[in-house]
Amino acid sequence: MSFPALPLDKPVLYRVMALLAALLLIPLGNLLLPESSALHFSTYTVSLLGKYLTFALLALALDLVWGYCGILSLGHGVFFALGGYAMGMYLMRQIGERGVYGNPLLPDFMVFLNWQTLPWYWLGFDHFAYALLMIVLAPAVLAFVFGWLAFRSRVTGVYLSIITQALAYALMLAFFRNEMGFGGNNGLTDFKDILGYNLQQDATRDVLFAVTALSVALAYLAARAVVRSKLGRVVLAVRDAESRVRFLGYRVEMFKLWIFVFSAILAGIAGALYVPQVGIINPSEFSPLNSLEIVIWVAVGGRGTLYGALLGAILVNYGKTVFTAVLPEVWLFALGTIFIVVTLFLPDGLVGFWQRHRREHA
Amino acid sequence: MTTPNTPAPVLPTRLAPIRGVLFLVFTLFSLCMPIRTLAANAFGDGLKSIQESALNDLGSRIESFAAVNDPRVTPVLQALLDGRLYSRKADGQMVYGDSGSEGITLRSVMDDTALGVASKFELRKISLNNALRSTLRETIGRLQLNIEDPEQRLKAVLAMRASADEHDLALVRSRQQIETDPRVREAIRLTLALADLDSPAKPLRLNAIESLQGQLDSGIRNRLTALLEKDEEGRFVEPDADIRHTAQITLAKIETRLAMNSALETVFFGLSLGAVLVLSAIGLAITFGVMGVINMAHGELMMLGAYTTYVVQQLLPEQPGLSLFVAIPAAFLISALVGIAIERGIIRFLYGRPLETLLATFGVSLFLQQLVRSIFSPLNRSVSTPDWMSGSWQINEALSLTLNRFYILLFCLLVFILLLQILKRTRLGLEVRAVAQNRAMARAMGIPTARVDAMTFGLGSGIAGVAGVALSQLTNVGPNLGQAYIVDSFMVVVFGGVGNLWGTLVAGFTLGVANKFLEPYSGAVLAKILVLVFIILFIQKRPRGLFPQKGRAAES
Repeated sequence: MSFPALPLDKPVLYRVMALLAALLLIPLGNLLLPESSALHFSTYTVSLLGKYLTFALLALALDLVWGYCGILSLGHGVFFALGGYAMGMYLMRQIGERGVYGNPLLPDFMVFLNWQTLPWYWLGFDHFAYALLMIVLAPAVLAFVFGWLAFRSRVTGVYLSIITQALAYALMLAFFRNEMGFGGNNGLTDFKDILGYNLQQDATRDVLFAVTALSVALAYLAARAVVRSKLGRVVLAVRDAESRVRFLGYRVEMFKLWIFVFSAILAGIAGALYVPQVGIINPSEFSPLNSLEIVIWVAVGGRGTLYGALLGAILVNYGKTVFTAVLPEVWLFALGTIFIVVTLFLPDGLVGFWQRHRREHA
Repeated sequence: MTTPNTPAPVLPTRLAPIRGVLFLVFTLFSLCMPIRTLAANAFGDGLKSIQESALNDLGSRIESFAAVNDPRVTPVLQALLDGRLYSRKADGQMVYGDSGSEGITLRSVMDDTALGVASKFELRKISLNNALRSTLRETIGRLQLNIEDPEQRLKAVLAMRASADEHDLALVRSRQQIETDPRVREAIRLTLALADLDSPAKPLRLNAIESLQGQLDSGIRNRLTALLEKDEEGRFVEPDADIRHTAQITLAKIETRLAMNSALETVFFGLSLGAVLVLSAIGLAITFGVMGVINMAHGELMMLGAYTTYVVQQLLPEQPGLSLFVAIPAAFLISALVGIAIERGIIRFLYGRPLETLLATFGVSLFLQQLVRSIFSPLNRSVSTPDWMSGSWQINEALSLTLNRFYILLFCLLVFILLLQILKRTRLGLEVRAVAQNRAMARAMGIPTARVDAMTFGLGSGIAGVAGVALSQLTNVGPNLGQAYIVDSFMVVVFGGVGNLWGTLVAGFTLGVANKFLEPYSGAVLAKILVLVFIILFIQKRPRGLFPQKGRAAES
C-alpha cells in the first residue's frame, strides 16, 4: 500500500475553507438568485447534493477504519441508519397532532398498531438536544460493544467483514418487525418540521445543506488530525503489521476500538443529516447491500486518503442518479463492473491512479 | 366329446373345452341379467313395501328391506331415520327431500337424479315412532359395520365412538368377535375401552384407562382430561381417587409421547432447514477453506442452478421428475463453468488479498443478478414439483413429514458423502488437500496449483448449482434467491470452522435445528436474529469456529 503524500497543514486548511465557501454558494444561489439566473440551483438539486455530502461523510467514516486500520466493515450502514433513526424519531415527535390520526401522544404507526403508550425508548426524543445525544450515543455504544467483543478476541480480516455483515443483516430483520416500535417496513416518514422550521421550505433545505457541508468539512479536518496524530500512526501500523505492533507493547484492540467508535459516530452524524433532507428512514438502510455500496465509494475514490473517499462517494452516487434515471436496468451492471474493475485495475482508487500518473510524469 | 380309445381329430379336441367355456360364460352372462334385475326389483319391492306399510308393520318390513344386498339401502334407511324420506303424491315415487327456503328439494331414491323442488303439500312423509327409530338406528349401524371396505368400517366405528350410543356399542362389541382388519380391530378396542370408562365396575374402568396408554387421538385425551376436572366448588368430578390417579399417569404418558412427537417434528424441520444450509454452505466451505477465498457470488451461483432447473423444466414440460434428474448435472455444469470463469478471469489476480477478492466477487454477484433479471424478468418463476415429492408421510396422528423436505435432507447427505469421497479418494481430492495444507510445498512437489485452484473453484461452484436445484423445490426461483441465503451460508461456514466439511455439516444442522426450536417461542424473524447474534458472540469465543484447523495450516 502506497503511503499517501501528506501536504502541509495550513494549505490544507485554506483549501478546505475555499471548498466550503464554494459549496455554500449553492444554497445561497438557491435562495437569493432568481430562477432565470444561470447560477440558480433548484431546491431539488440542493437536496440531492446535500444527500451526496452525507454519503461523503459516511464514506469518510468508513475510510478511517478500512483505509487506515484495515478493518473492512461490511456493516457501516448500520451506524448511518442508527443516527438516521435517532433523527427520524425526533422528527416524528415534532409532527405532534398533525398526523393522519391526529393523536397528540403517539406517532401514526403506533396508533395503527393499537398501542396505548409511547415505548420507553421513545421518551426524550421530543427534545432536540436529547436527539443529538442519541445520534452520537446509539452508534457509538453499538460500535463499542461490537468492537470490544470482536477486537478483544482478535477476530480479523475476512471473518470480521462477515460478522459485520451478519450484524447488518440481523438489525435489518429486527427493524423490519413492527413490534420493534420503529415503524416496521415503512420506517419513519411524513416529517413536518425541524426546530420549528418547515422542512418543505427552501430556506430550511438550504440551511440543512450548509450544515451538512460544514459537518463534512469539520469531520474531514478532525479525521485528518486523528490520522496524523500519534494515535493515527499506531493505527496505521496496526493495519500494516498488527502482530508487530502488539509485540512492541501496544494494546492493538484499544486502538482499533477507538478508531471504530469514532468512525461509527461520524457515520451516525451522516445518517442524522441524511434523514431530514431525504424525508424518510426505513429498514432497507440496514441492508447489507447498502453497506457494500459504501465500500465501493471508498474503493473508487481511493482508500487511505480521506479526500478520496469524499470524491468516490460523490462520483459514484452521481453516476447512480444518472443511471437510475436514464437506464435503470444498467445500474447494477455498472456497479458490478465498477467493483470488478476497481479491485483489479485501480487498487488505490482514482486518487492513487492520479498520484501515480503525476509521479510518472514529474 | 371324443372317447379316449378312438384317435380323435385334432381340431375338435382342442376346440371342445373352449366351446365349453364359451357356453358357460354365455350362460352365466344371460343368468346375470335376471339376477341384476332381481336385485333391483328386491330394492324396488322393499321400498314399495315400506312406502305402503302401516306403522305397526313397518318394523318387520324395514328388517327385510335391510336384508337386500344393495348399496342404496343404507342411505334410504338413514333418510328414513332423519325424516327425509317422502312419497310423492302425484306419482307415488319415493324421493329424498331436503327442505330449504324455497321448498323441498327432491332427489330420486332409485337413481339419485334431481327432481326439482316441491311444496310439502305435494309430498307424504314416511313417519316413524320412537321404537322404530331405535330399530332403524341399530339396523343402520349393523349394516355399516358389515360393509366390506375396511375404510368404511373404520369410519363407522369412529362415528359410533363419537355418538357413544349403547346400541351402537353393543353392535361394535359383537363385531369385535369377527373383525379381521387390524386397524378396525384397534379402533374397536379403543371404542370399547372408552365406553368402559363410563361403566360402574371399577376394575373395568381401571383396565380401560390403562389400555388407553400412548394414544395420541385428541378425543381420547379429552376423555381422560375430563376425568381429572374439578367442578365450580373445587371438588373433583370423578369421586374415585384410584381412577383419577391412573388417569393422571396415563395422561402424563400420552403427553410425554405427544411432546416427543412434536419435538421429533421440530427436529425434522430443523434438519431439513439445516440440509438447505449445508447444501448452500458446503461449496463455500471448499472455496473458502482450500483457497482462502470469500466468494460473495456463491449465492448467485445457486441462483443459476435454480434457473437451470427452471429452463430444463420448460424444455421438458411433461416430465417434472425426469427434468429434475436432468437439471442436477446441468446445474452442476453451468455453475461450475461460470465459477471457473470467475476464478480464471478475476480471482487468480487477487490471491493473497482476501478483502479485494470479496469486493470483486460481490461485483460479480451484482452482475449475475442483473443478468438474470434482464433475461428472465425480475418476477419470480415457479418450478413444479414432481408428484412423488409432494405430499407428506403420515407416521402417526401427531407426526407427519413433508416429502419434499425429506428428499432434500436425503439429497444433502448424498451430496455431502459424494463430496467427501471426491476429496478423499480421487487424485483431484488429494491435490486439493495438499494445496489447502501447504500451497508452496504442494507446488514444489509438482502439483499444478493454478489448475487445482480452478478445479476447486469449479467444484465448489458446481455444488452451489446443485444446491440451487434443491432450493427450486422449496421456494420460488427469483433473482434474489442467492442473496437470501448468502449471509446464512457464511454463518454456517464460520460457525463450523473454515476448511472442515464435517464442521460445515454439524454447523448447518445445528443452526437449522436451533432455528426451528426457537421459532415457536420467538417467531421466525426473531429466531433468525437470535441465531445471528449467537454466532456473532460465538465467534468472539472461538474465532476459528467449532472445529478449527490445527497445525501449521491454521497459522496463515
